[in-house]
Amino acid sequence: MKFGVVVFPGSNCDYDCYHVLKHVLHKDTEFVWHKEGDVSKFDCIVLPGGFSYGDYLRTGAIARFSPVMEGVRKHAEKGKLVIGICNGFQILTESHLLPGALLRNESLKFICRFVDLQVEETNSPFMRRAKKGETLRMPIAHGEGNYFADDQTISELKKNNQILLRYRDNPNGSMENIAGICNKNRNVFGLMPHPERASEHELGSVDGLKIFESILEN
Amino acid sequence: MKAKVYVTLKKSVLDPQGKAVQHALSTMGFNEIKDVRMGKFIELELDGSDKAKAEQKIKSICEKLLANTVIEEFRYELS
Repeated sequence: MKFGVVVFPGSNCDYDCYHVLKHVLHKDTEFVWHKEGDVSKFDCIVLPGGFSYGDYLRTGAIARFSPVMEGVRKHAEKGKLVIGICNGFQILTESHLLPGALLRNESLKFICRFVDLQVEETNSPFMRRAKKGETLRMPIAHGEGNYFADDQTISELKKNNQILLRYRDNPNGSMENIAGICNKNRNVFGLMPHPERASEHELGSVDGLKIFESILEN
Repeated sequence: MKAKVYVTLKKSVLDPQGKAVQHALSTMGFNEIKDVRMGKFIELELDGSDKAKAEQKIKSICEKLLANTVIEEFRYELS
């Protein structure tokens, strides 16, 4: 499986994602500069966290128009895998590859700490290694992780089992305590917490590895 | 030609920033301020003089970039 970690101007979690995939899991991984329009050689695209374009206008609003995102859109249409972490999740909602939007945290504070996530759904390429109801411990670090969607979208997400992860103790006001969702086709996954920062014992948790190892099973 | 665009949160969306400003005003003694909602003001300068064409362009720009229509509304003035 070949991984492509996209780098936008302002991305800062690209190296952590690359490190886990290449040095912890020993998989074929490359960085993809945001100007590259063709991502067809990759099996899984990672949109990492950070502050693409300085979060100007809205988080992810400008990154969405980078040439690489047209490639990512085609890649997703073919049914290949996309995982968007934090700013990556924001970019996916702005691109409409995932429904809803991420708003400013209800407390208005940037929150940087470990959270306990509940695994809601394991029927997806991203969560098969986890057990339903299991707790995964991962850090969050965001100022705009408050998930919002209209009533119709929320009921569709529930009906189609698209809510994959929920916060056990909602840190940011997200509707339905949503921490991570997938698209209807289940090949695009967005989450606010950072699994790449919970993939080595030295960092306090290896629960994040379950997501990457699930991806490898495909 | 100048376009003035106002982007505001939809009424159904919580605005904690607006609330924070309202609390600050209350602390300052302005207890009569019942609600505050924050938005964005964007000014664009366009080439050309065809108002109808400009309006089409601005509408498209608002829908695609300046506003996230999941959570925001927009209105504009052209002069």
